Amino acid sequence: MPDVRRTNPGPDPESGDRRPGEHPPGDRPPGEHPPGDRPRGDWPDGGPDAEDGAVAGTGFGGSMDLATNEGRTLEDDPGPDGGGPSGRPRSLWSDAWRDLRRNPVFLVSALLILFLALIAMWPSLLTSGDPLDCDLALAQEGSRPGHPFGFNGQGCDVYTRTVYGARTSVTVGVCATLGVALLGGVLGALAGFFGGLWDALLSRLTDVFFAIPVVLGGLVLLSVVTSNSVWPVIGFMVLLGWPQISRISRGSVITAKQHDYVQAARALGASGPRMLLRHIAPNAIAPVIVVATIALGTYIALEATLSYLGVGLKPPTVSWGIDISSASPYIRNAPHMLLWPAGALAVTVLAFIMLGDAVRDALDPKLR
Amino acid sequence: MGRYVIRRLLQMIPVFVGATLLIFLMVNVMGDPVAGLCGDRACDPATAARLKAEFGLDQPVWKQYLTYMGNVLSGDFGTAFNGQKVTELMGTAFPVTIRLTLVAILFEIVIGIALGVVTGLRRGRPVDTGVLVATLVVISVPTFVTGLLLQLLLGVEWGWIDPSVSSEATFGELVVPGLVLASVSLAYVTRLTRTSIAENRRSDYVRTAVAKGLPRRRVISRHLLRNSLIPVVTFIGTDVGALMGGAIVTERIFNIHGVGYQLYQGILRQNTQTVVGFVTVLVLVFLVANLVVDLLYAVLDPRIRYA
Repeated sequence: MPDVRRTNPGPDPESGDRRPGEHPPGDRPPGEHPPGDRPRGDWPDGGPDAEDGAVAGTGFGGSMDLATNEGRTLEDDPGPDGGGPSGRPRSLWSDAWRDLRRNPVFLVSALLILFLALIAMWPSLLTSGDPLDCDLALAQEGSRPGHPFGFNGQGCDVYTRTVYGARTSVTVGVCATLGVALLGGVLGALAGFFGGLWDALLSRLTDVFFAIPVVLGGLVLLSVVTSNSVWPVIGFMVLLGWPQISRISRGSVITAKQHDYVQAARALGASGPRMLLRHIAPNAIAPVIVVATIALGTYIALEATLSYLGVGLKPPTVSWGIDISSASPYIRNAPHMLLWPAGALAVTVLAFIMLGDAVRDALDPKLR
Repeated sequence: MGRYVIRRLLQMIPVFVGATLLIFLMVNVMGDPVAGLCGDRACDPATAARLKAEFGLDQPVWKQYLTYMGNVLSGDFGTAFNGQKVTELMGTAFPVTIRLTLVAILFEIVIGIALGVVTGLRRGRPVDTGVLVATLVVISVPTFVTGLLLQLLLGVEWGWIDPSVSSEATFGELVVPGLVLASVSLAYVTRLTRTSIAENRRSDYVRTAVAKGLPRRRVISRHLLRNSLIPVVTFIGTDVGALMGGAIVTERIFNIHGVGYQLYQGILRQNTQTVVGFVTVLVLVFLVANLVVDLLYAVLDPRIRYA
């Protein structure tokens, strides 16, 4: 496989911005080999993540690390002739879109997400019932005509609740992702662009956040919250999620900063904000979008986990997490109460992960 | 090597301080720490004030933090509000969680890497697609659902295992909980190994090894695998910390009295000493695991040297 990344030697994007004295020459940790001196052609997905000193990983556990690594491959510079099938210049995005339109994985997951968004906005399209309209006499009853998924422990219709639960889960996922992407993306981009003290500070700060297990942080922070709205949960996710995106965005901006057109813009006297917004951001945003998409799925799952532990959302909010949690003691007698919301949750998370995967594949020139 | 380790240790200090300070602040937001001492009733103000003075809780937060860290560094993690030493709680909880984590890591290494190698060598074949779909499914089902279902099926319906783990928590009992704990990471290790193997398979050194006439088994184990393992080792290393801290859910499902259980109880009962103490140790484990991973690179790839 041609090593496309080596076609653009240039200054090592990482070491160009290293804090002084952190890794003196001749003493690089793995993952930061100078160009031409790399012991292997490419770091595959998730090369060693020693760039930030004391810690690597995200603390979010497996799927979050997955997202990080999916994004990282995009940060690597494909080089000027990064392997389009023809010589005709097309933008990365139109190229990616061409790929995506023909990718069945993308189409299926996009349709699923569209459907979810639809029922999240208008749940009454699919059900005429009220999720809080319950009849204890029907508790734990199985499926029957008109109530395909049966009833839960309170005698509420599981089908209606599953449909209505989409709204909460999607709200949490979308809001948390937007918050994380904005906060982390902007902070990371600024750190990567300006470097220096601010960058060093931010890197240490992200290290600190990575060292705290997420579920644990959630338990501690949310155990005091008595509000039963979704905002504390979203706030917590933003608080503990932004360092991950900021690391991605920082790396991506540092890479993009080295490009000739940015140097040209600088030579022409473009101001800092203009360079960042017009030249760097459009070329550095792809990994952030991919990671954010996958993260959206994991946030939905995280909400359910927190609700299961009793600190996430609280009734009477209707959410899959709450329903799974309240069904779990009765799993032996009435597994349907747990399986339907859990299935909906899994399909949703899967859809977002697949979407992120597909977008990543389309944006990754190596795979062309 | 020695200098590298020392510098890394020094780099850990700010992260350690920051993380413990963060958790200390979070716990302080948790609410009135002495409330837990008076049971379900509210403390009367005079008692509350006396208790606060006794535990030093009337001091400013930064001072409390300094005192606490001073004690921790001399090996005193304080006393839980029920009078038990936190170190005693740790002595019973950590061995259990370490066993659980070991089982989980073992699953990741054995099954994850094996599946990754098989699928990486057969990229695009039905085996590959099947495993890939399976990993996606495992990743997208939350751990607690996987755990509850496995507990129901294996423990209750088919009776292969005990649905809840006894207080001894032997390795045998921890097999299924370990699998549940490892499930998401397992799927991830598989994907990571697969990508890595599939990429390195086409590299020059593999072609050379094949051209030399080495048996396929040797090419794979000696040349391909060793060179493909670095990202996997990175992941597994960072996962140690996440697994130990993330065992809260698994330990709750299978009723394992380990770190996660103690933490959960500590948080519910607003037992700040327990929570901060356990988290401090977890943070340390996480940092050390990261260091060990970086040192392991040099073992896997002799070209990487730490001066």
